[in-house]
Amino acid sequence: MSILGTRVIRTEDPRLLTAGGVYVDDLREPELDGAVRATFVRSTVAHAKITSIDTSEAESQPGVVAVLTAKDMTDVPPPPPVDEDAPPAPGPVPLAGKWQEPVLAIDTVRYVGEPVAIVLTDSTYQGEDAAELVAVDYDILPAVPSIEAALKDESLLFPAAGTNTAITGGGDVSDDSIFDGCDVVVEGDVINQRVAALPMEGRATAAAWNDGKLTVWISTQNAQISRLILTALGLAPEQIRVVAPDVGGGFGAKIGTDRDTVAVAWAAKHTGRPVRWVESRYENLVGMTQGRAQLHHVKIGGTRDGKVKAYRLEVIQDSGGYSRMGFFLPMLTNLMAPAVYDFPNVQANYKVVVTNGTPIAAYRGAGRPEATATVERALDWFAAEAGMDPAEVRRINFIKKEQFPFMTKTGAHYDTGDYETAMDQVLEAAGYAELRAEQKARRERGDVKQLGLGLASYVEITAPDPDAGETGRVDVHEDGTATVYTGSSAHGQGHHTAFAMLVTELLGIPMDKVEVIHGDTDLIPEGIGTYGSRSLQLGGSAVHNASLEVKDQAAKLAASLFEASEADVVLDTATGKWQIAGDPDKSLGWGQIAASAEGKTLTANVNFTADKSTFPFGTQLSVVEVDTETGKVTLLRHVTADDAGPVVNPILIDGQRHGGIAQGAAQALCEEVLYDADGNPLTSTLADYAAITAAELPSFELLRSETPTDRNPLGVKGIGEAGTIGATPAVQNAVIDAVAHLGVRHIDMPTTPERVWTAINDAQKGSGK
Amino acid sequence: MKVDLTVNGKNVTADVEDRTLLVHFLRDVADLTATNIGCETTSCGACTVLMDGESVKSCTVLAAQADGREVTTLEGLKGADGGMHPVQKAFHEEHGLQCGYCTPGMVMAIASLIKENPSPTEAEVRSGLEGNLCRCTGYHNIVKAALSAAEASK
Amino acid sequence: MIPPAFTYKRATSVDEALSLAAEIGEDAKYLAGGHSLLPLMKLRFATPEALIDIARITELSYITDKGDHVAVGALTRHHDVAGSELLKNEIPLLAHTAGEIGDPQIRHRGTIGGSVAHGDSASDLPASLLVLEATFVIRGPQGTRSVPAAEFFKGIFETALEPGELLTEIQVPKPASPNAWSFQKFTKRAIDWAMVGVAVQDQKVALINMGPVPLRAAAVESALASGASAADAAARAAEGASASSDIHASAAYREHLARVLTARALTEAASRG
Repeated sequence: MSILGTRVIRTEDPRLLTAGGVYVDDLREPELDGAVRATFVRSTVAHAKITSIDTSEAESQPGVVAVLTAKDMTDVPPPPPVDEDAPPAPGPVPLAGKWQEPVLAIDTVRYVGEPVAIVLTDSTYQGEDAAELVAVDYDILPAVPSIEAALKDESLLFPAAGTNTAITGGGDVSDDSIFDGCDVVVEGDVINQRVAALPMEGRATAAAWNDGKLTVWISTQNAQISRLILTALGLAPEQIRVVAPDVGGGFGAKIGTDRDTVAVAWAAKHTGRPVRWVESRYENLVGMTQGRAQLHHVKIGGTRDGKVKAYRLEVIQDSGGYSRMGFFLPMLTNLMAPAVYDFPNVQANYKVVVTNGTPIAAYRGAGRPEATATVERALDWFAAEAGMDPAEVRRINFIKKEQFPFMTKTGAHYDTGDYETAMDQVLEAAGYAELRAEQKARRERGDVKQLGLGLASYVEITAPDPDAGETGRVDVHEDGTATVYTGSSAHGQGHHTAFAMLVTELLGIPMDKVEVIHGDTDLIPEGIGTYGSRSLQLGGSAVHNASLEVKDQAAKLAASLFEASEADVVLDTATGKWQIAGDPDKSLGWGQIAASAEGKTLTANVNFTADKSTFPFGTQLSVVEVDTETGKVTLLRHVTADDAGPVVNPILIDGQRHGGIAQGAAQALCEEVLYDADGNPLTSTLADYAAITAAELPSFELLRSETPTDRNPLGVKGIGEAGTIGATPAVQNAVIDAVAHLGVRHIDMPTTPERVWTAINDAQKGSGK
Repeated sequence: MKVDLTVNGKNVTADVEDRTLLVHFLRDVADLTATNIGCETTSCGACTVLMDGESVKSCTVLAAQADGREVTTLEGLKGADGGMHPVQKAFHEEHGLQCGYCTPGMVMAIASLIKENPSPTEAEVRSGLEGNLCRCTGYHNIVKAALSAAEASK
Repeated sequence: MIPPAFTYKRATSVDEALSLAAEIGEDAKYLAGGHSLLPLMKLRFATPEALIDIARITELSYITDKGDHVAVGALTRHHDVAGSELLKNEIPLLAHTAGEIGDPQIRHRGTIGGSVAHGDSASDLPASLLVLEATFVIRGPQGTRSVPAAEFFKGIFETALEPGELLTEIQVPKPASPNAWSFQKFTKRAIDWAMVGVAVQDQKVALINMGPVPLRAAAVESALASGASAADAAARAAEGASASSDIHASAAYREHLARVLTARALTEAASRG
């Protein structure tokens, strides 16, 4: 019987549950003996010239080892020159040249929280005391706290650039003729607000410089990429070892690593002392990259029978103080603009602006949730205008099962899908018709608490960089155990369990004899790591293929040991024994075969690349109750059908879905990073940033289908971000649906009680749109 | 000041700064690093431990306030058979953890919750965990684990 | 984040606390559960030079039936107030309110006296103690004095407590109709401070977070007294309040909530009573 698809509880857990994980702050490595604590002095203003930094008082404090600023970084080479006229680099890379982000602020600060100096002390407590005494004088510049302010180009973050608009791209959106013949046309703005990634463990780095080698422990999703980033210190990759110990969540904000880590690693090299930095939650909420932060203008047109003919999406990306990912996020939003729909005409473009906010980077979905959020709002607008049920409008416009593979008008090459079945599963399981009847009854009675149903169908691009691939090495040792080295990186997803299952499936080596290792560049120099829901389909496929290679090697050795022909030896995966077909008396274990191999180890090292990305999909239905007197929303039910291909382990896939749904619901209901007009963050503690809790959520109702892809040997697609992509618009749509009969057409996220109440009020006054 | 407490059944005594937070005492003096720090505003619950058998957020308790008291951290939590506590077992069985960072605090909060309310409803579990943030699990399996641990503890 | 350095002192009796306070002077603060003070210190918004830990003054932790009233020691924890059978029977509003504070961990540490003495108009207990017409017993260098709840809350984080004085007991009269209560706490998330809250006992109404101090909704009460319906009286809930606007709510929305919640509270109290 296959182990794949069965419920295997995680091998990672017993340690985490009895001793706790070993996160950066828990490391007791001998290299970190006597490590000093790094405390950052961060900008307290959003936009200013630094006129002076006085470190003398801080330096005289007890326990202070050093106070370092950009001026001390003379041992770091300048960033490589760039051709300012060249188009932006492909992929998610920071802008350079005149948009360059320094390691420590040089003469300008561009967001509250930007690192200005580092204080190194013997103890943590001394660090906070001393950091308060570093006196930074600022010459305040007018703040650019929003996209609207950025577009005015009155105050420039990078005067040399002459504008706050860093990049414009996408297609032409000026041709209005695509809306010719549309008798239903709706347009409007949709805000996809700035949210905090908020992993429970914030950023953390420890670094030690010994004998010309820098070892850096980072709470990161990508040890190998972090190593590349650290070469900015003027070191060759071989001089750097990056280790990702246990990582307390990432959600995109720990892809690679930040300037703060570079500064800490530099401080260790510069002073020769091991250094450890673990950020506070305040630092996390102002310093860690945040997500979303897009403003959309959308226009949708079609015929009264519900067929959409034309769709236009204009995206403005707030990149914060520095563009960490170039055009990557809004490019993905453009790419996925038409989502699950076969719209005959689609136009999309984007603009990237800088503002005096915390830099924006990937956050669970990274550019794709924004596309789905807007198209799903637009579909509801269109349905309302056409007087149709939102489910029917979706059904009419879905790309049909028989149309796959399907090339969208924006150039996404979808592999497989069955969107209508996913929606029907959800409608049936939720009791959609009954819920609509209940809604109707409440509306007719004029109940204070109204019911809202929100649908969102989604398709996601996962492993958006399939050609970058992922590495996987499988070693089988003479004691019969196996070791897997993966370039992928786990921080809660369950790689160790899933990848061991893949080995057990093919080689019959029991799971407790399969060790999975990740996140150490000395052991695994090549690899990419985790983002974009790529781990199983690329990293898992690498482990799968490496296992197959090991099996081939073993077959040859078994044949030679049996003195039989290779064609006659078989592996019984139930027992993990090699045998000669038809002769059950003779068998060889993995250990015996490995012992006969060169170096007494069977080994295969694979870099699995795919030609194309994969496209998981699904439908989510959210049911909310809205108190029309107060505007308070209660999420009652959330029903989803998600299809990411064959399931390796149901508890892992469902765990990803649960977490994704919660983060999506959080964005729809309560979470938002706010700034005042001077660019001061207003949500820099967890008392003010409204992270969702168990008390705001119901248990979720999950349905599943398994439509395989042909783009990897496992047939799997990614699931890490799907929950978020579907849940965000499903919940938002449900809230608006609950009060639509009162004349409300749209409420921006987060749909806080006051926003909902205001929307009802405005609509009742007749001023609603 | 001199602080003397019992941590997981063992006496730990040290001379510390008056302002030392219990969580730092546990991590840095007692060298018990399972207890994590997730915020500074008593909002996230990652640092939850048991003090005299009741859940408290150890980032908002001074070591001095814990002087003379009994503190239990995740490392000291045990079932009746000396193995995993029912809450730990339930987290494993129900996949109640992913990255593991909130887990020690969650487990301790639930252990205390179940002690006070041996038969909680789902709503009571959810509201009982309002002070513990998790970013990975959507709380779904944590709630399931709490309910199943309560059942198993009977 | 870590509090700035301070000197820690521990008192095991009221007398010891008072003499420590007298000795150290105005730079000292009493530390009960610490759940209001320590977070402020970690953010370095509060920087006392000394903390006098009073949490071990066991003589101030009790809930005692005094016939016409219940005496609650100032250092009684929210957890114990919420769970008190005496209070649940005689003054259910108080037991319920204590159970609405923070989360279980906070209730295991926070005390009724600490919460009241902090004087935060967004906190839950003051409104309930106002409608219950509680009396606060205060001890200081000059002896003991009693201050009615209506005169205790003076301004933003400012109470009738003079420097060095210690709140020792809260005397809560038993309401005529114990069940005629309601506590409406409106939050975005369960864990949040009240955006607005309303406490009702009999025909008395108090508001949470509708101004710099917790306050009685005088206009509502007088409307009720002159025979107005609950709905009509509730419409006057924001009169005399001075709600502020912040990231959680605008003043106008708070005023609206005060009216809605007051109407609901009056209806609920009437249905229970």
